[in-house]
Amino acid sequence: MTELPLIGEAAAAADASGARELAGARIGVVTFPGSLDDRDAARAVRLAGGTAVSLWHADTVLADVDAVVIPGGFSYGDYLRAGAISRFAPLMSKIVDAANSDAKLPVLGICNGFQILTESHLLPGSMIKNDHLKFLCRDQVLRVENNSTMWTSDYAAGQEITIPLKNQDGQYIADEKTLDALEAEGRVAFRYVGFNPNGSRRDIAGISNAAGNVVGLMPHPEHAVETGYGPESNAGTDGLGFFTSVLNKLVGGAK
Amino acid sequence: MTISADAVNKKFNIDTVENAAKTPDTELPWAELGLKQNEFDEVVKVLGRRPTGAELAMYSVMWSEHCSYKSSKNHLRQFGEKVTDEMKKDMLVGIGENAGVTNLGDGWAVTFKIESHNSPSFVEPYQGAATGIGGIVRDIISMGARPVAVMDPLRFGAIDHPDTARVMHGAVAGIGGYGNSLGLPNIGGEMVFDAVYQGNPLVNALAVGVMRHEDIRLANASGKGNKVVLFGARTGGDGIGGASVLASESFDDTKPSKRPAVQVGDPFAEKVLIECCLELFKGSLVEGIQDLGAAGISCATSELASNGDGGMQVELTSVLLRDPTLTPGEILMSESQERMMAVVTPENIAAFEAVMDKWAVEYSWLGEVTDTGRLIITWDGEVIVDVDPRTVAHDGPVYDRPYARPSWQDSVQADSFTGSVQDAGRPSAPAELAAAVTELVASPNMCDKSWITKQYDRYVGGNTAMAFPDDAGVVRVDEETGLGVALATDANGRYTYLDPYHGAQLALAEAYRNVATSGAVPMAVSDCLNFGSPEDPDVMWQLAEAIRGLSDACMVLGIPVTGGNVSLYNQTGTTPIHPSPVVAVLGKLDDVARRTPSGWKEDGQAIYLLGTTAAELDGSEWSNLRGHLGGLPPKVDLAAERALGEILINASRDGMIDSAHDLSEGGLAAALVESSLRYGVGARIALEDLLERDGVDLFTALFSESQARALVAVPRSEEVRFKDMCTARGFAHLRVGVVDAAGGQLEINGVETLSLDALREAHEATLPKYFG
Repeated sequence: MTELPLIGEAAAAADASGARELAGARIGVVTFPGSLDDRDAARAVRLAGGTAVSLWHADTVLADVDAVVIPGGFSYGDYLRAGAISRFAPLMSKIVDAANSDAKLPVLGICNGFQILTESHLLPGSMIKNDHLKFLCRDQVLRVENNSTMWTSDYAAGQEITIPLKNQDGQYIADEKTLDALEAEGRVAFRYVGFNPNGSRRDIAGISNAAGNVVGLMPHPEHAVETGYGPESNAGTDGLGFFTSVLNKLVGGAK
Repeated sequence: MTISADAVNKKFNIDTVENAAKTPDTELPWAELGLKQNEFDEVVKVLGRRPTGAELAMYSVMWSEHCSYKSSKNHLRQFGEKVTDEMKKDMLVGIGENAGVTNLGDGWAVTFKIESHNSPSFVEPYQGAATGIGGIVRDIISMGARPVAVMDPLRFGAIDHPDTARVMHGAVAGIGGYGNSLGLPNIGGEMVFDAVYQGNPLVNALAVGVMRHEDIRLANASGKGNKVVLFGARTGGDGIGGASVLASESFDDTKPSKRPAVQVGDPFAEKVLIECCLELFKGSLVEGIQDLGAAGISCATSELASNGDGGMQVELTSVLLRDPTLTPGEILMSESQERMMAVVTPENIAAFEAVMDKWAVEYSWLGEVTDTGRLIITWDGEVIVDVDPRTVAHDGPVYDRPYARPSWQDSVQADSFTGSVQDAGRPSAPAELAAAVTELVASPNMCDKSWITKQYDRYVGGNTAMAFPDDAGVVRVDEETGLGVALATDANGRYTYLDPYHGAQLALAEAYRNVATSGAVPMAVSDCLNFGSPEDPDVMWQLAEAIRGLSDACMVLGIPVTGGNVSLYNQTGTTPIHPSPVVAVLGKLDDVARRTPSGWKEDGQAIYLLGTTAAELDGSEWSNLRGHLGGLPPKVDLAAERALGEILINASRDGMIDSAHDLSEGGLAAALVESSLRYGVGARIALEDLLERDGVDLFTALFSESQARALVAVPRSEEVRFKDMCTARGFAHLRVGVVDAAGGQLEINGVETLSLDALREAHEATLPKYFG
């Protein structure tokens, strides 16, 4: 019979590929009031072999971390423009400084985290309400357009991955000049394939900054890290590469 | 901004207890507040004087049908009485608390409950449905649990009625808007369209939470000198039923005389409240806790006090308000959302406040626990409520409403679908049967529901192992061991209309079967009893019969009812809804990785039908499609349900089956199509042996809704073992086909071949066609 793989196999696989050294890498996960996927992001970090560190939005000092994930959710209820209040959190200014510093702190913004990164001007453009005006949850196919960022190096260029998408305000917009620049500089990290779920300009699902240490995307890689709890295609673990990418980069620059 | 109630309280002509004693003949608006003459007389008798305006407000809401269960209480007792030792063994907290708690083992406990938010969802679908989720989630938090999932059984009017779209769009967006913002995966529910719900949709909401045994919290106020605190959102004028009447308390004629009776939800405030409460529990900072739902502060103070060991003293001007013009009565009755009340020892005050400050949650200390046995509420120091809290919370009126079998019941039961006018031209030729199958799976109640479910987040939390469209939602509880829970909700208003006793049992049987189909062992029941007016003897009989049927069936299945809700007066004018007992069953999986999905995948696996098929079309979806409702619902066989459940659970545990789908509405036809469409993998089916064994024709085999049946896919290597198990247990099983991965079609001997693409198109087109 074909058995559903048991829980923990993803972790076991990560173990086999050298997770012990990766555990030395500390990845912070920020919690804002209204964050929802923070515990999921921490689980993804652990399953990829790293050490997850909880960060609190009101902290005025950035703890000793090697990278930061800003997770999904509805921070402050998103009653104003999504992310517009969170960008003023004390910890955000520390994260922005660290991301822009010579150390180039790797930062991943997922969904609400992506919205917060655009509001913080770490990434250009903005998200508005989905063109169909509804919340949409689906398994979404993305193409990895740039595999040279801190968060995408474990993927092959052009690789298609399936991870969950779930949001209300996911339509990526920017002016034409910005969009042209993003394309020209190879900063479109992910594009929707087959179906544009929200009307995003040029099918853009995620982008990076020029240095490649800051990446934001609307779909949720942290919900595709364990077989049985993610999309039904490709073992449902297509999101794990985000976290192994940064861990491998941090630990000795492999790959 | 702080609005001090104190600054404006002089505007009110406060009706103190002292004043009430002096002015016995003052006219009070008890009738407008919904109290009957005998009930008002009882209040006067209990108090030994007329109530104050504030007391009247409290009694009127707490003695309402919604809060007191006065019409159903005498019948609901059966859920507590018909309980065996088997049913008690895993019950940690039973009926009566905010939600029941069941032992999961390994130190884990699970709490779940289903409630209605029907009327508000008709008036204002978005907020009504949203606050339905909010309210049930707070019940779960109140038990000390972290909420982990929600489900929502929905029943709306005719799919093509213009008002249905209003309710559908609003309610679905409200459930999504609120639930998605809380970070709770929505793992299932139901969607039924029927004209009987046109003026009274049913919006039920279920929440489930998990905790360690030591974290269980109860709603009681104990320990003299302990402080009473209200925290969360401010109290506003929303959700006050009788506000227009209470406005007469005020001198100020310029204030709004009518306030919205529907509460307005703020999911962000609720999400923060969840995290904040869990932090309070972790630090053991609260002695007792109660959410504020129906009847607001009236309910929270009287229930906390009467469940405790003493009394309580509360200063009402300390309540933080959104609207400074609220009167004491309005503050007591307000159903503003996202509020909690807790009892805190003096030594924990600082730690409690630190948690509030961390999460930026507002709070105000209202008073303290006393040993007087009285609930005393003051307004700026003057006593406006002085009652025995039990008389408010527990000793409300109880009615033995008259009930009788409706005069029309016999003629309805005599009107079988078979041979009726609507049964003329029953499909029999291969092309007709193919068209019938397609028509069935495209019908409003059998069509694909992803138009709804894709608006809900099913992934958040990272523990959702199964969700729609599988038979049950499955959530992992323990990441180390894979321990988890499965949940399903079911009801069939048509069956219950035909026979309330058996109809309610059929709802339970289906939910039980759905949970077992997923591989989980059924453990507990929560029910939401949606009925018409209890003052109508016909309806009261339906309610009495349904409760009797449910409680009897729970004994046979060996699973207790741990909580629930009764929703009465669901009717349009004098026409009641179909009696709709929505039953939720919770089950346990030792390892959710062993869960069984509802669709087959592997080419060549054998498809078995478990159970036997009789000619049972009365009340079926097919008869519904032909506009007929009469006869008797399918026969209930709880022993067979139990045997089937054991087979499905063992087969899952021992790896003997790869898919399982229960047969319910739409019968075998629906199950075959759904199991094929689940993963887009077809099958070749031959039912000749079934027709011969059960003595039915092909149409009946496909569309009958006989119970205690399931369709499973068995790997070739497991076939002998699986058959041996069924034989040893004496359960009917028949190989009816084989999984065919290559064909992309569903081939049934005697039915024109159905392409999966065409079936999918028909199945998925219906909801978008009506709702965009």
